[in-house]
Amino acid sequence: MSNITEIDQDKLIREDGFNDHFHEHHDEDKYQMGFLTKYIFSMDHKIIARQFLLTGMFWGFVGALMSIIFRLQLGFPESDMAWIRPFLGKWIVINDSGIGTLAPEFYYALVTMHGTILVFFVLTAGLSGTFSNLLIPLQLGARDMASPFLNMLSYWFFFLSSVVMFISLFISTGPFSGGWTAYPPLSILPQASDGSKAGMTLWALSLVLFVVSVLLGGINYVTTVLNLRTKGMSMWKMPLTIWAFFVTAIIGILSFPVLASAFFLVICDRSLGTSFFLSEIFIGGQALDHVGGSPILFQHLFWFLGHPEVYIIILPAMGLVSEVLSVHSRKPIFGYKAMVFSILAIAFLSFIVWAHHMFMSGVNPFISNFFVIFTLIIAVPSAVKVFNWISTLYKGNIRFNSASLFAIGFVSMFISGGLTGIFLGNSALDIQLHDTYFVVAHFHIVMGVAAFFGMFAGIYHWFPKMWGRFMNETIGQIHFWGTLIGAYAIFWPMHYLGMAGVPRRYYSFENFEAFSHFDDMNKFITIAAIITFFLQVMFIINFIYSIFKGKKQTTQNPWGASTLEWTTPIHAGHGNWEGNLPVVHRWPYDYGKDGNEFIPQTLPQQPGETEMH
Amino acid sequence: MTVFIVFICIVLLAVVLVQIGKVTELAGKIKGEEETQYQTNNWNSNLSLIFLVVFLVGIVVSVVYYKNDMLGYGPHIAASAHGKSLDFLFNVTLFFTGIVFVLTHIALFWFSYKYKGRRNQKASFISHDNKLEIIWTAIPAVVMTFLVVGGLDAWNDVMADISDKDEYLEIEATGVQFNWLLRYPGLDGKLGTRDYKKISSSNPLGQDWTDAKNLDDTHPSEIVLPVGKKVRVRIIARDVLHNFFLPHFRLKMDAIPGIPTYFVFTPTTTTQEYRERLSHYPNWQEPTDPKDPESKPRWQTFDYELACAELCGKGHFSMRRTVRVVSQEEYEQWLKEQKSYYIENIRGKDEDPNLGKISSAELKLRKEEFMAEVTKVMSDTASTEKVIKLAYINFETGSSKLTDDSKYQLDDLAEFMNKNTSAKVELGGHTDNVGDAVANMKLSGERAKSVTAYLISKGIGSTRLSSKGYGSSKPVDPADTDAARAKNRRTEIKFL
Repeated sequence: MSNITEIDQDKLIREDGFNDHFHEHHDEDKYQMGFLTKYIFSMDHKIIARQFLLTGMFWGFVGALMSIIFRLQLGFPESDMAWIRPFLGKWIVINDSGIGTLAPEFYYALVTMHGTILVFFVLTAGLSGTFSNLLIPLQLGARDMASPFLNMLSYWFFFLSSVVMFISLFISTGPFSGGWTAYPPLSILPQASDGSKAGMTLWALSLVLFVVSVLLGGINYVTTVLNLRTKGMSMWKMPLTIWAFFVTAIIGILSFPVLASAFFLVICDRSLGTSFFLSEIFIGGQALDHVGGSPILFQHLFWFLGHPEVYIIILPAMGLVSEVLSVHSRKPIFGYKAMVFSILAIAFLSFIVWAHHMFMSGVNPFISNFFVIFTLIIAVPSAVKVFNWISTLYKGNIRFNSASLFAIGFVSMFISGGLTGIFLGNSALDIQLHDTYFVVAHFHIVMGVAAFFGMFAGIYHWFPKMWGRFMNETIGQIHFWGTLIGAYAIFWPMHYLGMAGVPRRYYSFENFEAFSHFDDMNKFITIAAIITFFLQVMFIINFIYSIFKGKKQTTQNPWGASTLEWTTPIHAGHGNWEGNLPVVHRWPYDYGKDGNEFIPQTLPQQPGETEMH
Repeated sequence: MTVFIVFICIVLLAVVLVQIGKVTELAGKIKGEEETQYQTNNWNSNLSLIFLVVFLVGIVVSVVYYKNDMLGYGPHIAASAHGKSLDFLFNVTLFFTGIVFVLTHIALFWFSYKYKGRRNQKASFISHDNKLEIIWTAIPAVVMTFLVVGGLDAWNDVMADISDKDEYLEIEATGVQFNWLLRYPGLDGKLGTRDYKKISSSNPLGQDWTDAKNLDDTHPSEIVLPVGKKVRVRIIARDVLHNFFLPHFRLKMDAIPGIPTYFVFTPTTTTQEYRERLSHYPNWQEPTDPKDPESKPRWQTFDYELACAELCGKGHFSMRRTVRVVSQEEYEQWLKEQKSYYIENIRGKDEDPNLGKISSAELKLRKEEFMAEVTKVMSDTASTEKVIKLAYINFETGSSKLTDDSKYQLDDLAEFMNKNTSAKVELGGHTDNVGDAVANMKLSGERAKSVTAYLISKGIGSTRLSSKGYGSSKPVDPADTDAARAKNRRTEIKFL
């Protein structure tokens, strides 16, 4: 075993691979005959992954643009916004002196949509949907998902959900404006807010469709991981990406139905006169008949999904980062088993901490004791993961590129945002910090920016796998450094706002002496947000340009990675491997072992070699 | 126009980026892939180190710059007893997390710098280290235990409800779109019952007026609290969720329709003391109106504030009330000035279930008012004519027979006469100008006599009382209107 890197992996698979009689079944892929079935209603997981990614990027752009508009209101409340009128129409109110301002109602609609879109459409569908689809079959050595048809449906339900949400942006009473958490009674009573009229109906419908999409996808991911691993690929030989996607899918399957049920009850309260979440309400000059319901019940149901949801977002990012860091440090991931157990521990704990979002919402203070304990325990597996990532860099031979930089940036963001979670998870401190900008800073850094960094690392790293070309490195590195600095410039000062007590979801701070003297900081944040936004536009331009004109991938395994996805042809057809399936003989992190740059998973254990991890 | 410029900018950006892409890829080809990679490694590892330094220095500088605006620092020491313990806990947490933050960031970016890819360098094959992993699992576990115990200790202390032996003031805040409605108990110290079905424009809280506890409740426009006294705030909402947030007191609790919540706290710093503390800081010495340097400095107009911290609709950001913490004496003074909502807005109206009845609270109030007035008039040496109108003395129409309710005020008068044995009074009857003047004169005289008779029956010596009928000769309001006539029909006492 002089130099394994030069072994022709194709040959290895041809001779030693597992013959599943793939070619005896299809000489031509009868399911992918025309353009429509190949690129639109495709059942190929690689196409579906790209569909999720492109849809996610579209929504990411829309969601980010919304944040720029409301940041303009917060940073420059006195500036004239009449120039956006061609896009926003009546939502920009022109006063007598010709100055245009954002209508408060629409400000709240923007905030709500920004949250919904980013959390569900971008960081759940766009992140987990893309990479679970792309990598699960490829890294496990499977021809496709267990059910390619359900997989296709999963995307199209997401698409349908997107269409409904998109339509809701254009209706005359405006999109839903009660916050992405949609707490009743505000979300139920059309008298309470314009956004709770038709906008909320479409919002709820869209998210129910979204839940269907997540469940169809999730069932498929779990089934595929459990059943379609290639020969030799035991669970303990799976890359951490797969562990992350697998556990994410399980969390999704267990928690999303609860969200759907909560929305069904909301719909019942809205249209059928039930009182699940309503009691003793006087609104619009009228005492409503509803009694006996509890708005807190909704919060329990919502956060029973809502909290696992943040791990649905961050676990895939963690998986991608683990893989990217290891490949580009040319070192095994440190503490593989500890990483897996951390993922499992985080997943388990994620189900018993939901009420830490509700310390100040009127639940019995005694109950909060348990949620504080479980919440702060999560810090332990999270800390283990951070230490392991840092140790992965230690004594490495780091290859810097956009992918590895974003992975390093992810670790920094996860530390910064994770540590503030220790403040918020402690109910006593949450009394003051709850619903202030401290919370905004915390979750944007830990699950917004960090998840995006994981996603960017994944996109830069697997771009060749998706399109057979590379993204431009120079622009990618400008994108990274700019975004790292920009994201901290936006969100770090928000801690200070939160520590001064400034509440989130305020259209204007002028009414309050205590909140009104941070004009300079708000201006700074807005300017940083605009610059960071343009850096993302730069990324999108790089992305689109590189699809068509990027540097071509010439070698099968450009990063020198040991996982299976790099053993397929550069432009793999449906079925991924021509001929036999690869057979796995070792764990996926044999980098730098016994003087070898890397050893692919398909290479059998050599005589005298000790298997270690 | 602006839209067009933005569009052009984006197009230009795209063109520039495409060119950069082409140039760098070309340059990469010329130099060779490997060489380019090592150069990239150099660049980025150096940037890692620069970023680390700039980041940490930036944090320190910004913290110093904003220090005096943050909770627990500068003038912003918590204004409540429990708030100080929370601020302490915050600092303890900040200390531990700060250490972790700095150490992990140094490690992360230092390793990125140190272990950049170099020619002829090999990565070490280190897959795991059980001892190390146990250590760094145990350390956070221990620190967390520490923080959990400290946190829960404070939490259960802060959130405990009133116990029986506590002496406290209970007030109520109701969130509505988009305002806070405040309610204080009256003299009885107890808030009356409510029913949301009774809410109307004249009864914003749906108070049940048949509950005597409601009759003296007041609806002030600001929260005023005596310093050092335990306060229990009953928090509820009328329409959607709100959140009762007092940032200076470290207090926050959701307001929910149908489910009352509470928060117990003790204000420890008066508004005046807080203002004085602020006055030492330059940014609080600036004028309130930046355009007018003569306007008051900001610290002088400072007030504690009540805000809403749960999204409740388009006016969420405007639900402000002020909170004043004052000395016990000032508080009592303020409390006296507050008028019962019932008396001011409901009493005598159609929705008053006690229409035609008098409550004991009202009687008590009337008595206090009457005694205060009498004392004032008696002690006023300057005026020669010491006259008081007996507002609650009424007669049946056209008769000198006292109505039943009249005896309450006469009893008060009798009580006063019994205490002040030297006082002598003349009781004067007055009528309006309707009807025959002679008959009116006669009627007023008889009415004055029947009052005197009642007082004599209560044991006042007849020598201390005299009576006189004035008819319509001394109107207080000469106008020829119903309102004026109502004022003119009256019984007066004059101290002799």
